[in-house]
Amino acid sequence: MPIEVLMPALSPTMTEGKLAKWVKKEGDEVRSGDVLAEIETDKATMEVEAVDEGRIGKILVAEGTENVAVNTPIAVILADGESVTDAVSGSPAPAPKVAAEPVVQDTGAHAPATLPVGPASGPAAAPPASDEDKFFDKTVKKTVREALRDAMAEEMRRDPTVFLMGEEVAQYQGAYKVSQGLLQEFGADRVIDTPITEIGFAGLGVGAAFRGLRPIVEFMTFNFAMQAIDHIVNSAAKTLYMSGGQMGCPIVFRGPNGAAARVAAQHSQDFTPWYASVPGLKVVAPYSASDFKGLMKSAIRDPNPVIFLENEILYGQSFEVPESEDFIVPIGRAKIRRAGTDVTITAHSLMVSYALAAAELLEKDGISAEVIDLRTIRPLDTETIVNSVKKTNRLVTVEEAWPTCGIGAELSALMMEQAFDYLDAPVIRVTGLDVPMPYAANLEKLVLPSPDRIAEAAKKACYRK
Amino acid sequence: MAASRRRPKAQTESAPKQAASADEMIKYYREMLLIRRFEEKAGQLYGMGLIGGFCHLYIGQEAVVVGIQAALKDNDDVITSYRDHGHMLACGMDPKGVMAELTGRRGGYSKGKGGSMHMFSREKNFYGGHGIVGAQVPLGTGLAFSHKYNKDDGLSAVYCGDGAINQGQVYESFNMAALWKLPVLYVIENNKYAMGTSQERASAGELHQRGAAYGIPGHQVNGMDVLEVREAADKWVDYIRSGNGPVILEMKTYRYRGHSMSDPAKYRTKEEVEKMRSESDPIDNLKRVLLEGGYVTEDQLKEIDREVKAVVTEAAEFSQQSPEPDPAELWTDVLIEA
Repeated sequence: MPIEVLMPALSPTMTEGKLAKWVKKEGDEVRSGDVLAEIETDKATMEVEAVDEGRIGKILVAEGTENVAVNTPIAVILADGESVTDAVSGSPAPAPKVAAEPVVQDTGAHAPATLPVGPASGPAAAPPASDEDKFFDKTVKKTVREALRDAMAEEMRRDPTVFLMGEEVAQYQGAYKVSQGLLQEFGADRVIDTPITEIGFAGLGVGAAFRGLRPIVEFMTFNFAMQAIDHIVNSAAKTLYMSGGQMGCPIVFRGPNGAAARVAAQHSQDFTPWYASVPGLKVVAPYSASDFKGLMKSAIRDPNPVIFLENEILYGQSFEVPESEDFIVPIGRAKIRRAGTDVTITAHSLMVSYALAAAELLEKDGISAEVIDLRTIRPLDTETIVNSVKKTNRLVTVEEAWPTCGIGAELSALMMEQAFDYLDAPVIRVTGLDVPMPYAANLEKLVLPSPDRIAEAAKKACYRK
Repeated sequence: MAASRRRPKAQTESAPKQAASADEMIKYYREMLLIRRFEEKAGQLYGMGLIGGFCHLYIGQEAVVVGIQAALKDNDDVITSYRDHGHMLACGMDPKGVMAELTGRRGGYSKGKGGSMHMFSREKNFYGGHGIVGAQVPLGTGLAFSHKYNKDDGLSAVYCGDGAINQGQVYESFNMAALWKLPVLYVIENNKYAMGTSQERASAGELHQRGAAYGIPGHQVNGMDVLEVREAADKWVDYIRSGNGPVILEMKTYRYRGHSMSDPAKYRTKEEVEKMRSESDPIDNLKRVLLEGGYVTEDQLKEIDREVKAVVTEAAEFSQQSPEPDPAELWTDVLIEA
């Protein structure tokens, strides 16, 4: 059966090209892989190779022709015993399927004018239900550090596929003593000291998760996770989608995030907005020890990659934590830490304590602030925030990160979209200042949000001095 | 036999020979031919605008994956970079599903959402298909880690090119794999050009020695000869499975086509390509061994050609008939619902 050779597309953007030169002539024998012609594309001069074997029966487009559209027949290849007349147009001689007309035909079925509604495009979805409150009848005082350790230990006892790896997590007992005692209980096969090799062990963890293990990967701080962010974003977050749902990645990346004290620019960055922008990740940034414990247990059980952002200053702070091992906090649910009526203040991680302190200051001035601890940044509990703003009509957002494209910027946009008619004042962002973190004590203090700055912003939102 | 006469002795490690049986050689021939014909068809469909974006063809390198795969067991994993169609076919993935992914259709392995560079099969233990050069090396080392963790006797075959071998994360992986004696076979597919940059212009030293500082054995193999590849793979896979830790095999191979479909390949001469094709083609050479040894007749080979062509034609037809993904697929597979 004669085979038509078509003008090929030779780059992702080519629609037409010049047939610069015929390397084969009519009558020449060709075999698969032989160069037939040279074609000038929008990028370069390329060779066209034969896919089929036979003899050039006829050249349909002359050398030197410009603007030859992709998929135009340019020659006919004949098999033994075939003649050109078999192939001339006009005869109904079948053009074989390989050389058929472009197969993506316009069937008249066009993509809908409106995109299918996705989980993030409609009104705020309700947060997942939680029975966490009922466990607070019996509590014990624990530091955040202990709560994290307890959560990991309980989950490791429960599920043998859970393991912890990172720098100094085993013999040293954790650079911040978060993994204290885990090596002794679970042994070196499940509590694994790694070399200082962030991209290596992050990638190794993701590979292990592809095969169904549940790694907890500790970064000594999230500043060092920038070495590994390719595997967090390109490998962990995207592979489920790229594989059409085949390759889950149940992994937790955890470690301290944001400023500690006097460690300057390279050890003080808050990465919350970076990870919160990535579909395929969940991002958690708790404040209290009970939330650290309950959310860590959720993160380990979650079938998706979870970024678990801790805070070095919080590690040593103590909170009441439910005694029950069944206590768990679902990812995706904010918590109202203080009810109020005049202004809503959102915060996460350490900044929750500053927001609560600001609320105390505001109370002295007769302003009733509602403080929302976001707890989870992705997926964000928009419903709780919107409902609060509907009540207070004012929103102040607090975060350590830089202002540009931060969580406050995101919340401002969300309020425009979902609570515009309820706002009595512009949303005000309280953020880390837009500079690398300085070392000097006085300068560092100026960079970070403070209860005073938050209270001042809240007053401004209430048009009070 | 003929196969050993053709061996360039100076280049390769001498390994104890375990001659492949006639059936095995015919199987390798068929598998290599399937990859060759599949890739030629993919190139053609790309030319017709049915495949978009980047498309990296494996033509010329077929002996590498077929020879390595011959040494693996069902429980072993394979992971590679973006020049991945040959690996998928060698793993036994359905050519229809692979081609339909290339055309971005519903019937593709990733439902049309991954494309040429991002394809997976949990069923066949093929873990991608990764578009970031070098990233597959720590990922594959993690697959090996999970075999060790589970004590399941499996191993992971991790492929990378002569370009990826210069990425830092490769050495982070070598270090951990050697330190923890992970069951991993690192296969460097040295096709001489990292896109347009020749090995000489990009890499100091010998690639198979890149693991020497970690104590990882490394060997150079004629990657244009499937029997030599299989022989080396057999030997070193046994070594890895016995708990000795990782091994590096550098396959001296060659890609006939450009780096991707839009590569005019001006960094090498036509004569160089032609010489490799005419003297070192893995399929032609195995064909010669089969015929000279009297293992098959010309007619039998023609029958194999016909069968392979039919498989590829069927894949191409499926890849065009399978519908485009439903728009609702946009929102699926972002997260697993807990």
